[in-house]
This record gives sequence, structure tokens and C-alpha cells, in this order.
Amino acid sequence: MTLPTQKLINDGNAAVDEMLAGILAAHPDHLFRPADAPRAIVARHGPRPGKVALVIGGGSGHEPTFLGFVGKGLADAAAIGNVFASPPPQPAVDAALAAQGGAGVLFMYGNYAGDVMNFDMASELLEMEGVEARTVLTTDDIASHTDRAKRRGVAGNVFIFKAAGAAADLMLPLDEVERIARHANARTCTMGVALSSCSLPQTRRPSFDLPVGEMEIGMGIHGEPGVRRGPLRPADEVVDEIMDALLAEMGAARGDRVAVLVNSLGATPLMELYILNARVAQRLDQAGLGVHRTLVGPYCTSLDMAGASITLMHLDDELTRLIDHPCDCAMFRHG
Amino acid sequence: MEFTTDDLKALFHRLAARMAAERDALCALDGLVGDGDHGIAMEQGMVAADAAVAGADGSLQDLFNAGAKGFLNAVGASSGPLYATAFLRAGKVAGPRPAMPRDDLRQIIAAMRDGVAQRGKAAPGMKTMLDAWHPAAEAALGGAAPDAITAAARDGAEATRTMVAAIGRSERLGARSLGHLDPGAVSAAMVIEDICRALRGQG
Repeated sequence: MTLPTQKLINDGNAAVDEMLAGILAAHPDHLFRPADAPRAIVARHGPRPGKVALVIGGGSGHEPTFLGFVGKGLADAAAIGNVFASPPPQPAVDAALAAQGGAGVLFMYGNYAGDVMNFDMASELLEMEGVEARTVLTTDDIASHTDRAKRRGVAGNVFIFKAAGAAADLMLPLDEVERIARHANARTCTMGVALSSCSLPQTRRPSFDLPVGEMEIGMGIHGEPGVRRGPLRPADEVVDEIMDALLAEMGAARGDRVAVLVNSLGATPLMELYILNARVAQRLDQAGLGVHRTLVGPYCTSLDMAGASITLMHLDDELTRLIDHPCDCAMFRHG
Repeated sequence: MEFTTDDLKALFHRLAARMAAERDALCALDGLVGDGDHGIAMEQGMVAADAAVAGADGSLQDLFNAGAKGFLNAVGASSGPLYATAFLRAGKVAGPRPAMPRDDLRQIIAAMRDGVAQRGKAAPGMKTMLDAWHPAAEAALGGAAPDAITAAARDGAEATRTMVAAIGRSERLGARSLGHLDPGAVSAAMVIEDICRALRGQG
């Protein structure tokens, strides 16, 4: 029996609510929680009459995803689930009703069976209230399935939500925001590698067994097993394997431009992320691709998992404009 | 001897205790094919359902509906909508009655199976909780003894070891899901076992 992992928590079952209390205390200018909606977090600035409400959400444990991307120019609200568990329908309904401005609601979240069931129930409840809600699932994790529609949504959420949020902030109608969200998702690819297991606050045990000296290629952000396991290799070789897969999937032409995200799964430090990014930049240069913007840091984590993911968004003029659009969120600012 | 609202409250209480006791074992099973939190979801869901049912008044259907809402709002996840739908369907079968013949628990098991199948868009053989619910429901409707219904659920859960997941989070594992039990089927077999205790008249 392994020893419990060390965490700075009080009570594993209270971890999410205590985290929310801390976030609301830290970011009162950006975020608030509507009365009687303990698991809905809404942007102070952003939601307004006539604007499509972008409501994101999912399980906790991926911070700053999801609630860190709530703010003017990005998402209007987030529904917060338990650790690695979809929120129930009610927080999604609460978030949507608090954020909606009469132009409809777009739910965006990663493609997981539980999230789909709960958000679909939320959409049904909203329909009964006369609020139109549509859904765009993110499916950027290329390691998770050969069929794009069955893939998981992972760190690419950052760029995909960013594009959709900008479209909504530009007061585009629901049809357009939905189209752009699908377009952004279709052009975003991610692949990751895990070096150690995460552990849940409730169990404080590793969620899976990953022996020292090994890594798991393609692992999901909840510790779902990836495509294969192998010995840990130097950073450049790991980047090469991931970049080979991403570039093959993306099919970009020389001269095209991309946005890059080198993301920590939680425990991997910035030093290692920048080492990875040095090789990412070389590979993109060799492929003749221009880098429009690079994000490096913990953007979509998996609690205390060690590992990293690389995301490329294949830009076009429309996506470039939307990625450049300013946003001001509690944990993400641009422009 | 009829199955009363007090019996239903006792059943939810037993389910909550059972899932609390099995939490870590279910999480460990889920760590092999999923994200390691199934035991947490089942414990939180059943504890919340138990609290909601204990505090509710009214008919069997009212109590099932309270349990559904309690489970769903506490958990979300996959098990939330699945068990909430199952309990709502059970409530429809139980109806606005203060009590029902114990044998009606057979229809309850079948209705819960139907709810899980419909909400999850799953069929037997996809390596899900339905692989416990379906054989149990067939056994229950076929007039099998409570022990045989329990055994059908347990055998169904055990059979998930030889299945490749075709839906849900573990689908993406492909053949790597072979050899592992589906944690949702294992917990479902436990739920069914406790319903069958009630069917036997033991609470």
C-alpha cells in the first residue's frame, strides 16, 4: 500500500467549494457567484443584452480551466463540477440564466460522456424556460480516438473557447458563434504525455500506476490511459513524437501560421515547458510554419500530474483575428 | 408483506452505507480503465440520495424522485444522470402509492435498467453498468428467485472483463480495456443485490 499523497487540503470532499471561496476572494473584480447557485461562476463584465452567452464547464481539477477563462471577451460563465466529474445540470442552468442576454446560450465543454448527459439535461431545462441553448463539444486530443467526433477535449480548449468567446464579444449571432466554435475546434489539435499519476483529494492515492522511468503517451487529463506506455525519453524526442503526430493530423501548408500552447499537466515546471517549446519552435520552423502566438504554462491541468501537452491551432484570417481579440479573465488576459 | 415508504428509506440508507464501504475499491477499479473517481461519485450520490429520501414525505414515487434529484445534484458525472433517470423510472413504476407488493420490485429493477439504457444510449455488451442491469432485469421479469437475480447481476459485471468498451470514457482504451472489470457494472451489481434483499423481504 502506498502512502497517501501530501496535499494542502482540509477535507477532500470540501476541496472544490473551498477552492471556489478562495477564487472569489481573489478575483472579486472579475467573477461573482449568483445567489443560490453555489457551483456557477459568472463574469462581472461581459454578459450583456443582445450578446450570445458562452457558458463553459466541466469537472474541477483542471484549473485554470474552466473558471479561469471566464471574463470579458472570453466565456461569460462556467458550471463547476466535482473533481474530474461533470457538473450536474443545475449549475449549468444557473450559469446560463445568469449570463444570458436574450441572444441564446452556447455551451462548450470537452467531449466526455458524463458532461454530454448533464449539459444535455441542462439544455432541456433551459428550453422549458424559453432560452435557446446549443452545444459545441471540444475534441482536440488526437491521441484519444481515430474518429475526430469521438475524441476528448483537452488543453486546446483554451484556444477554442478564446475564438468562440471573441466571436460572442463581437456581438455575432448564435449561428455565427456556433459556426466559429466548430471551426476553431476542427483546427485545433493536442497531444500530451504523462510522467506520473495525479491523485484525487478524496483518495490521496495515485489514480493509476506509472512506474518510475516510464511515461504514457497520449494520456488524458483525468489520467485515462493513453495510446501506449514506454520508457521516458529526452524532451526533444518526446516533442518530436508529439509534433510528428500533430503536424500529420493538421495538414498545414508551408507559410501557414499557428498558435502554440505548451501546457503543464500540473506538476511539470516552466523550465521543462520552455525546454519543450524550444524544440517545438525548431520543428515549426523546419515545417515552414509561422508562430503567431505561443502560450506556455499551466492552462489545463490534471491536479498534480506530471507531464505536458502541446496544442497547435491552425490559424486562418478569421481565427487570427479572434485569437488577437482582447480578453480580461481572472487567470488569462490578452490585449 | 408490502414494500412501504419506510422500507424504501431503509433501502436508500443501505445503499449509501454500501457505497461508502466500497468507495476505495471502486475507485481502484476505475483507475485501471477510467479516471479513478467512480467510488467517490457513487458514495456522494447515494449519500445525498439517502439524505433527500430520509427528509422527504409522500408516496413511493415522491421518495424515488427525491432520491433522483439528490443523487443528480450531488454528483453530475456519468453516474448522476444515469442513476437519476433510473430512480425517476423506478418512481413511475412505484407510482403515487404509500406501499406496493414486494414483487413489484421486479418491475422496479427492469425500469431502472430501461432508464440507464435510455439515458446512456447504451446496449448490453458495451462494457457498462448496463451489463449488470440488463441480465438482472431479465431474470427479475422472468420470475427468478432474488438470489438468482443477484447472481445474474454479478455474473454480468464479471463478464465485462472479457468485453472491449464500446462507449463512455474507457471506449478510447480500445483493446486495452480487456481483462478489466467495468466499475459501473460492479457498483450496479451491488445496488441490485440490495434491492434483491428487499425483494426477499429482508428490509
